[in-house]
Amino acid sequence: MTVGTKHTHLTYPDIDEAVDDDVRQHMEGMMEAEKGVLQAREQEMEECECKEGMFPNPTPGRRAFLLGAAAVAASTLPRGASASSGKAPAGAIEFDVPDDPTKVQGRLTNDDGGYGTRSQFESEARWRFPTKTKETSWTMTPLAESEGIITPSGLHFERHHGGIPTIDPKKHSLIVHGMCDNPKKYSMDDIRKFPSVSRQYFIECSGNGLTEFKAPFLKTVQGTHGLTSTSEWTGVMLSTILNEVGVQDGAAWILAEGADAAVMTRSVPLDKAWDDAMLIYAQNGEAMRPEQGYPLRVFLPGWEGNTHIKWLRRLEISDKPFMTREETSKYTDVVKDGKARQFSFTMEAKSVITFPSGEMKLPKPGFYEITGLAWSGRGKVRQVEVTTDGGKTWLIASLEGPIQSLCHTRFRIPWMWDGNPALIASRCIDETGYVQPTIAEINDVRGLNGHPKFASIYHLNGIMAWTIGADGTVTNAAHKV
Amino acid sequence: MLIHWSKTVILAGSLVAFIAAAPASAQKFNFGTTPSAEEIAKIDIDAMPDGRGLPPGSGTPAMGKNIYANSCAACHGVNLEGVSAAGGAALVGGRGSIGTPKTKKTVESYWPYASTLFDYVRRAMPFDKPGSLSNDEIYAVSAYILNKGKIIGDKDVMNAKTLPKVDMPNKDGFIPDPRPDVFNYR
Repeated sequence: MTVGTKHTHLTYPDIDEAVDDDVRQHMEGMMEAEKGVLQAREQEMEECECKEGMFPNPTPGRRAFLLGAAAVAASTLPRGASASSGKAPAGAIEFDVPDDPTKVQGRLTNDDGGYGTRSQFESEARWRFPTKTKETSWTMTPLAESEGIITPSGLHFERHHGGIPTIDPKKHSLIVHGMCDNPKKYSMDDIRKFPSVSRQYFIECSGNGLTEFKAPFLKTVQGTHGLTSTSEWTGVMLSTILNEVGVQDGAAWILAEGADAAVMTRSVPLDKAWDDAMLIYAQNGEAMRPEQGYPLRVFLPGWEGNTHIKWLRRLEISDKPFMTREETSKYTDVVKDGKARQFSFTMEAKSVITFPSGEMKLPKPGFYEITGLAWSGRGKVRQVEVTTDGGKTWLIASLEGPIQSLCHTRFRIPWMWDGNPALIASRCIDETGYVQPTIAEINDVRGLNGHPKFASIYHLNGIMAWTIGADGTVTNAAHKV
Repeated sequence: MLIHWSKTVILAGSLVAFIAAAPASAQKFNFGTTPSAEEIAKIDIDAMPDGRGLPPGSGTPAMGKNIYANSCAACHGVNLEGVSAAGGAALVGGRGSIGTPKTKKTVESYWPYASTLFDYVRRAMPFDKPGSLSNDEIYAVSAYILNKGKIIGDKDVMNAKTLPKVDMPNKDGFIPDPRPDVFNYR
């Protein structure tokens, strides 16, 4: 399969509405961020012999491969095992590439210090939403080439409100207090002594897709849907801790507070805390990554990501919500009547086709496997339906099992593309029977006035569509199904 | 080796019996320690709408003027209008705009509780030196912002008693989440 990229002019919709400078700067920043990534890919492809292909991301490194081979041929390196000084993608080390790997010994065993890196030919990376300050910003998971349901820890999306703190777990503690009989202070060693559980869950930021409420805006699935990721999370049930401290009658809420520069806080209903909330210390089989809250974070399965307080230092049990900034001025959705919905915790059923998706190019008519991700904050995905004719007919996709509750679910469906323009989309039905709505249906209920550009800003779970042009070009077609 | 293995089996069996015998809710592990009142107080910095958690101290708009100029204006603007390039939000203006095509969310137009302003400044501001203001300074700069938003008077004193009573313009602007809001059920 050849690889290549679409040679696009990378034009974006005009920002011609009467938006203020702040919003305009924000929109332009987003365009520039995505454009920068796409342009880098194009430039890379200029150097490549293959001009046509499916993925926007040149398999990375094809250029490096060619250059690397030349470098080895011109030198007298004794083993193909020494790292060259070339620039490797994030998370990789660049090594010289031998002409024939069967004719030289490979790299030395454990020479990586005992912790592996990915191939130098793989360059998928998060990109940052261009907020003005890098401390209060977010990055998007590259979903276009995602496989299966697990997001590699290093590609998990991020959202920070005061940067990523560096915390020594030996000095970190969690204090649980408030309306309880036995306030407690736990070291990380104490936390790890409790019975543990491991579960695969998604986390989605409630702002995922905020640019797409009014019209298609960003070009790639990373831009439109990259604020969702799935990991296997290990930790202690919060109910175990609540049982230890003895919650008093009348308690109804619990404040979770982080040890970052934002001292980030959210109030969580005690029902959720008793039900399935967890305190997490491990992710995908190793200690949780710093950007995910090392050494300890709250996890509220199926709920908006910002409630999963990272770098957790304090839990205070109370009778009322604390009404912190992140549950009043932020993470509230202004709807039609000018009222703001508050404590909109649940991430509703959603799906997106990740292949083919924006800025890819199908080289020629023929067989393709359409694939994507579906998830619901209300339980399991029951069914995913895919249309390739703009919504006239919907076919049932196959779901990769085991289907887990509150977890990404991979769907696939075979497709023969006849070379005519096509409009493809997916919709998710969860185990409650809720059918993923269209974006228009959501906007009908909520209105568009919550923000001059981003409508109600949060909780956009509408159907996402892509068009395939006669030349195979894949384009954001949100709102067209 | 065989002996060790047998012992392990016996121990594990005893443990299961022990856990099974006790009702789940009565079972306590008693890990951790009891934090001292000082340890809790050191990090218990939240303030609630009814005033719970607000510390001693006080401040007025006049006292807050210099604090704002020195610690806040660079990002939030000399006139509290916000500075896009610095990423600082507008703090005043936009009253009555919420839900119109010109929706502008500020402390004046959108924030439902004055306690949230105090709480947020105390935990996260100023951006370049979070947590560096004294309680008096936080009361004062909160008073300054509320006064600039025409929510309190020039001479009003903000403290643990007065702040919870501040009548925020958008205090009735919030509703519980009614979702699912699109009813396409099968």
